[in-house]
Amino acid sequence: MSTAHTQSPHTTKRKIKILVAKIGLDGHDRGAKVIARALRDAGFEVIYTGLRQTVDQVVAAAVQEDVDIIGVSHHEGSHIYVARKLLEKLREQGAEDIPVVMGGSIPVIDIDTLKAIGIKEFFLPGTPLKEVIEKLETLASQKAALKQ
Amino acid sequence: MVKLYSREALEEILKKRLEWESNVLPRWLSRMPERQEEFTTLSNIPLKPIYTPEDLKDFEYMEKLGFPGTYPFTRGIHATMYRARLWTMRMFSGYGGPEETNERLKMLIKAGETGLSLAFDNPTLVGVDPDDPLAEGEVGIVGVSVPTIVDMEIVFRDINMGEVTTNMTINPPAPVLLSFYVAVAEKQGVSYDMIGGTTQNDPLKEFIAQKTYVFPPEAAVKVAMDVIEWSVKNLPKWNPISISGYHIREAGATAVQELAFTLADGIEYVRQLIARGMDVDEFAPRLSFFFDSHINFFEEIAKFRAARRMWAKIMKEWFGAKNPRSMWLRFHVQTAGCSLYPQQPWINIVRTAIEALAAVLGGCQSLHTNSFDEPFRVPSEFAAKIALRTQQIIAYEAGVADVVDPLAGSYFIEWLTDEMEERAWRYIERIERMGGMLEAVKKGYPQREVEEASYRFQKEVEEGKRLIVGVNIYKEEEIEEIRRVPLLEFNQEEIEERQKERVRKVRSIRDEARWRRALEDLERAAERGDNIVSYVLNAVKAYATLGEIMGVLKSVYGTYSEPPHY
Repeated sequence: MSTAHTQSPHTTKRKIKILVAKIGLDGHDRGAKVIARALRDAGFEVIYTGLRQTVDQVVAAAVQEDVDIIGVSHHEGSHIYVARKLLEKLREQGAEDIPVVMGGSIPVIDIDTLKAIGIKEFFLPGTPLKEVIEKLETLASQKAALKQ
Repeated sequence: MVKLYSREALEEILKKRLEWESNVLPRWLSRMPERQEEFTTLSNIPLKPIYTPEDLKDFEYMEKLGFPGTYPFTRGIHATMYRARLWTMRMFSGYGGPEETNERLKMLIKAGETGLSLAFDNPTLVGVDPDDPLAEGEVGIVGVSVPTIVDMEIVFRDINMGEVTTNMTINPPAPVLLSFYVAVAEKQGVSYDMIGGTTQNDPLKEFIAQKTYVFPPEAAVKVAMDVIEWSVKNLPKWNPISISGYHIREAGATAVQELAFTLADGIEYVRQLIARGMDVDEFAPRLSFFFDSHINFFEEIAKFRAARRMWAKIMKEWFGAKNPRSMWLRFHVQTAGCSLYPQQPWINIVRTAIEALAAVLGGCQSLHTNSFDEPFRVPSEFAAKIALRTQQIIAYEAGVADVVDPLAGSYFIEWLTDEMEERAWRYIERIERMGGMLEAVKKGYPQREVEEASYRFQKEVEEGKRLIVGVNIYKEEEIEEIRRVPLLEFNQEEIEERQKERVRKVRSIRDEARWRRALEDLERAAERGDNIVSYVLNAVKAYATLGEIMGVLKSVYGTYSEPPHY
């Protein structure tokens, strides 16, 4: 796993560390790879899990790597199930301070449910990258503020 | 060979063009400058303002085009094309359990679709049973769950399998799903020579794009070739493979890459089958293809025409095929899922119509049109019907199916067809130098190319170089409108439970000894390197489940996981 090589103007302090995750059997990884690369180019430290990860594997990686954010790319319709399981597992591991965001083919009608579960942000296909970056930076700084 | 344009004609055109460029065009450009600095296709092929016979200087009609139904088949594989028979309207469908999917198939048949196409759920696609921990939460969501012969029987309840043809989008478990299909057809009293349809069964593109791989590349190709060999010998009407560019394109490839990588996959399979001692004319007529139809209209049409010409040449000149059918590039098309967006979802109907039109003008044999709600979920009945009706309007109202290859002879289309071909050959040559597509895939070459292209496209969208209505131009705040899209609703948890119960029941009532013997025979056949299909069919008839059969094969062939990228 290589990490960011470009220094972004956004991050003069510590780089924001994000785990980009693909959970379940779904093979749609175009979005995950594009976002991983774009965030890396924007100065984030990006770890991409690769395909077919379980929730347990993703949480273990997030804790071990001490990431600031988990980004789940999901295109297979089981987002509510996955979100619930992921948030539960994070709580179980005492890592509920790591904000989780989601992107992919997610019906807007499910967003309220996902918010109630605890997902912080949603990025539908076509969301400008600038918006994604800004929202992730806000989440990371909120998390850092909580720590202090 | 005679050139289409004489030297005299070309000289005159050149002279007049230069006059036009110095006397007419500048006045227009000074008053009305062009909208963009540069115009390019989605593959980033630069486009000139106009095309003339000068762009087809050396064009030899008979060499490049010929007539429909004759070599090199640029104008179509059949002499009569859609004047005799329209393309097959084949809607990719499936969700929930076999009961739900059976209802959907019957609805689509009633609405006028002329071929079936099954979408399987993720557990089926990677060959695990509904009660496998890996299947948890995913049963029946993106397609139908078919883990046993009993499920397949329900999918085809009240559907005569001797009268329909069915595509099955299935890859590593292709021998299993094919066996389910054959066994159920047999039960319906349909003879082998009447069983028609397609198994996708294209392993190489799984590593490049679709990512429902199970076995490592070599074993995956071996199993796929088993399916082809067995089908060619047993099911004369079956298309045992659908060599697919669709997923490669959806993963972000350009049209040129899609064209090149698909044909390179095809070349690899032909070599593999010849290496088994098969005669090229024995199997080549049964090979079929599957392409994407994206939104860049002319480029797609040129791609389809170039594909036909290139494949004919490959089969005739590289592999010495004698039977003209071996040279036919028969292909299915799906409109581009990746061109659809959740923003202002209704306008996806228009995108699909344009893409479907390109597929028809490109001479496809069968077509799936996406539903406007697919950025959210598997299509509702309402949305699927609009998608099917889109094809019917193209077929019966628009008049575009009344003349064969109607765009032939357009300076632009012929130039672009040549250009696509030339650019695709360059890729194919590079892959040949790597030792063919199996080697190239193992080196990660097409994977990297696709990743680069998809990132480049995304950047072009971000920079506003590629405009997408509702996404980076004419945006609306329309969350409420999206909420009104009537999505397909079903109780997934209930279906998952039902599927788990059924697979357990099948396991509990079968003849244990017969089942065990069938799986042991399969394992030994796989270890010996024999063709496994007849053993899989035997196991399926002994009520072995998908997960059990794949488990045996995995224990012999091993499994694959993608090397990390970042």
